[in-house]
Formats: sequence, C-alpha cells, structure tokens
Amino acid sequence: MMLTRYEEGALRGEHGDILQMAYRILVATGEATDAERLIPVNWVHLSGVNYNTIGDAGEQFLRSIRHKARVRVKTTLNPAGFDRDTVHEYDITEEFIKKQESIRKSYEMMGVETSFSCIPYDIFDIPAAGTQVSFAESNAAIYANSLDNLKTNKESAFSALASALTGRSPYNEFRKDVYPDVTVEMKIPNPTELDWGMLGLFAGRVSEKCVSISGAVPSDRRACKALCGGMGTSGTCSKFTMDTAPSTEHISFDEREAKNIHDELATAETGDVIILGSPQLSLPEIESLMVMLRGRRFTKKCMLFCPRIVKESAAPYIKALEKANVHVLADCCACLTPLLSPDNTDGVITNSIKGAYYLRKSNGLDVSLKPLQDIIREYTT
Amino acid sequence: MRRLVGGRATGILTHTHQPINFLGMVNKDTGIVQDASHDLYGRSLQDTILALPYGIGSSVGAYTIYSIKSNNAAPSAILCERPDLTVATGCAVANIPLAILDTFEMESLHDNSKITVDVDAGMILYN
Repeated sequence: MMLTRYEEGALRGEHGDILQMAYRILVATGEATDAERLIPVNWVHLSGVNYNTIGDAGEQFLRSIRHKARVRVKTTLNPAGFDRDTVHEYDITEEFIKKQESIRKSYEMMGVETSFSCIPYDIFDIPAAGTQVSFAESNAAIYANSLDNLKTNKESAFSALASALTGRSPYNEFRKDVYPDVTVEMKIPNPTELDWGMLGLFAGRVSEKCVSISGAVPSDRRACKALCGGMGTSGTCSKFTMDTAPSTEHISFDEREAKNIHDELATAETGDVIILGSPQLSLPEIESLMVMLRGRRFTKKCMLFCPRIVKESAAPYIKALEKANVHVLADCCACLTPLLSPDNTDGVITNSIKGAYYLRKSNGLDVSLKPLQDIIREYTT
Repeated sequence: MRRLVGGRATGILTHTHQPINFLGMVNKDTGIVQDASHDLYGRSLQDTILALPYGIGSSVGAYTIYSIKSNNAAPSAILCERPDLTVATGCAVANIPLAILDTFEMESLHDNSKITVDVDAGMILYN
C-alpha cells in the first residue's frame, strides 16, 4: 500500500503513539483488504460501545487512550447497553453501569458525538452523493452504500476508530463503484418487512460484495431497514441495488427459502416480550406504529428501541405509548442487549431478523418471528 | 512474506493448521488455548511465534488479542496464510508483528523451532 510522507512518519511514531497506533490499524486493514492507499473520509460511525460486547478489555483500552486521543472528523456512535432513564427497572449490575459510563466518558473525551444509535441515516444530515464515510455498524454501512449513495467499507470497530482519529480510511474495492455479483429475485407476493429481512439474510449469504434485487421493491422505510439489518448479519455483502444485472447468476427467494430461514431463527410460536427496533426506530416509524395501534393496547410488554433524539421528539406520544404497554428505550438496541436473558424472559416476539439472530445466538432466548401487522393483530386488545 | 504489522520478534514457533477464533478459544488473561476441540488445546501462546491459517469469528476477537498482550500472555509475532480483519486489527492495536506467508513459506516452517521473524525485512531466521 502506498503511503504519503506524512503517513509514513505517523506510522514510525513521529506524531505520537496514538496516531502511530491508528496508522498501524489502517495499514494492517488496508493490506488485509488489498487497498492501494488511504483516502480522506468526512464522517465516521463507531461500533464498540456496548459494554456487553467489548467487555473489560474494550473499556480498559478506551480508558487508556482517552486523555490523548482526539477525533479529527465528525464521529457518531452505536448504541450502548441501556437507557439511563430506566436502567434501574432492569437487572443490570452497578459494575455494568459504571463500566458503560466509563465507555461513554472515553468517547466524549475523544470528541465523539454520543448519539448511541445504529441508524445514523435516520437522524443526521446525509452528505452529498459519492461522499466517502466510514461506518462500522453493518446495517448503516449497507444503508449508506445502497440508499444514500455514500461509500463505505463495512468497517471493524478498530478500523473505524482509526479513521476517526486520522480522518482517513483504506481505499479498497468497496469504496469504488461495485457491481452486483448475483441477482436475488423476491418471489414472495406482497412481501412484509419480515420477508425483506429474510431476503437480506439470504442475499448476504450468496453475495460477496453487492447484490441486485429484482421482482419487488421494498415499499417503505421499515422494509428497507429490515433488508439492511438482515443482510448485515450474514457475510460481507455491503450493498444492494435495484438496477438489473442480467449477466449475473439469478437466484430465487421464494416461500421455501423463507421457510428455511424462518425455521433456522424462529424457535417458538410465541413469547412473553415483544421487541421492536432492531435497527432502532425513527420518528415516522413510531408514528406509523401509533396509527396501526389505533388506541389498542399490547397484551404483552413491548420494548421499543430508538435513538435518544427520537425518544425526545416522540415526547407527545410517550404517554399514549405507555398506555399501550410500550416501553420506549433510548440509547440502546435489541442487539446484544444485557436487558434480556433466559433468567428474566422465556422468549421474545419480533419482526426483526437482525434482532432474532442476536437474541437467539447471543442472548440464548427463544424467538417468535412475525411481521408487525400480525404482532399487532395477535397481541393487542 | 507480506507485512500487515511491522516489527521483529524471536520465539518458539507454534504451528497450527486449524483457524483460531480468539474470542472464546483463547483465555484472555493467560493466553492458553481453552477450546478442547482445537489442536493447540492446553498450550500457551505466550511469547510464541504463532503460525495459523487465519482467524475466524467475531471481530470482537481483536479485543482478546489486545487483552492477552496487556496481560503479557500474547504471541511475540503472528504468521497467517491469509489475512482477516480480526487478527489484523487486533495485532495492529496490540503492536504484535503480523505477516502473511504464502503456502510454500508456511509449509517450510519447522514447528517448535526457535525463530526470529523480521516483518520489516521480510525474513525468517532459524536461531
């Protein structure tokens, strides 16, 4: 990989040990992904925030660099482990709270905007088409590449942090114009967001870089986000397009493929908690939920995850949502959440493939998968 | 030899043909391989030159590499057949020399020998 004189110097330690480490990460990542050089990025979205994920090693690492490390570009942050407003309603240890607080403080000291959100595309202004960014959250990277015309690798927590500290990122094939390597045809009539999530998971398994989707178009934001979330949980594919790719192999996604994925992830017919918001919900999605509920109340506790700015904007609805048995949680997400475990929950009901994947594999919970319209029909009065 | 993380280190070569998932397979405090299904089960990675095909599993495994280095239980250098982002970023953060070897170079390694790896010079020396 070609480096500028400044970058070579930084790698040798001429600009301090933090930048030396950051360039070491960028060079290792660049060499591992056949990048030819480093290029500037103007927005970084970091993962590696939830104490449940990064543990003591991550907390200690961030604490060890926070006095010297400063981000050089706009840097936003993935969700943490809990909503501080309601953390005491859950079985979260003081130790966990303390370590999560230390992680928050470390990022804040480094100059990071502590947005605690996995949907930066829903809550921040989107730069001009073609802008190079570095997103470590997989659903956000896929959304940025596919729907916002931005360009990003699916970054790792460390490579994104290195990009935040330097304002640069390896220029590898994902940052260039990528073309579909396979076409997946949606064969399910009138697909729900659950069908789109399953297609996303399926497409991520059969496509390495970019997939063309034919047969139907995700009709709304809920479907688009489900598609990105599902795709992000499987494989390396970092973009989808609705452009046709006639020369690629065509694979059908039909009822049989959907059933295979459903059987793989859904382990129960029902559960005792409803989970909405993986990826987190935006304000329009909450408003749409209010319309769908039409004053009815969930018969089971419903946990709804969203960014804090969305929770604040949804203030006029919070009372009605609480009345509907919806617990709105900011700053955190269903993925790798410490709030749910087999000790306090038998099983969850969700419309999210991404949520189902992690709640089952990481939290060890039984999962029931249904589209939102069915969840509302079955579990409200 | 292709440089991913530069540097030079000496140690006893520990060669496995099985990929390693650092998150879970390796004890983050002791650097001992704790997965009974792995052919390095029970062995310590501390101060070794670790040769493996590649890393697998969650990218959070990079933090395990950082942890074992912080606990002075990490390999002195790592040699892989093919690059993966977990081992690459883990070694970069922990400042552990890391190089990619081709199949011929990998097969020429003598397990349990004392070697020096100079990633910057692209050389392996048998001591």
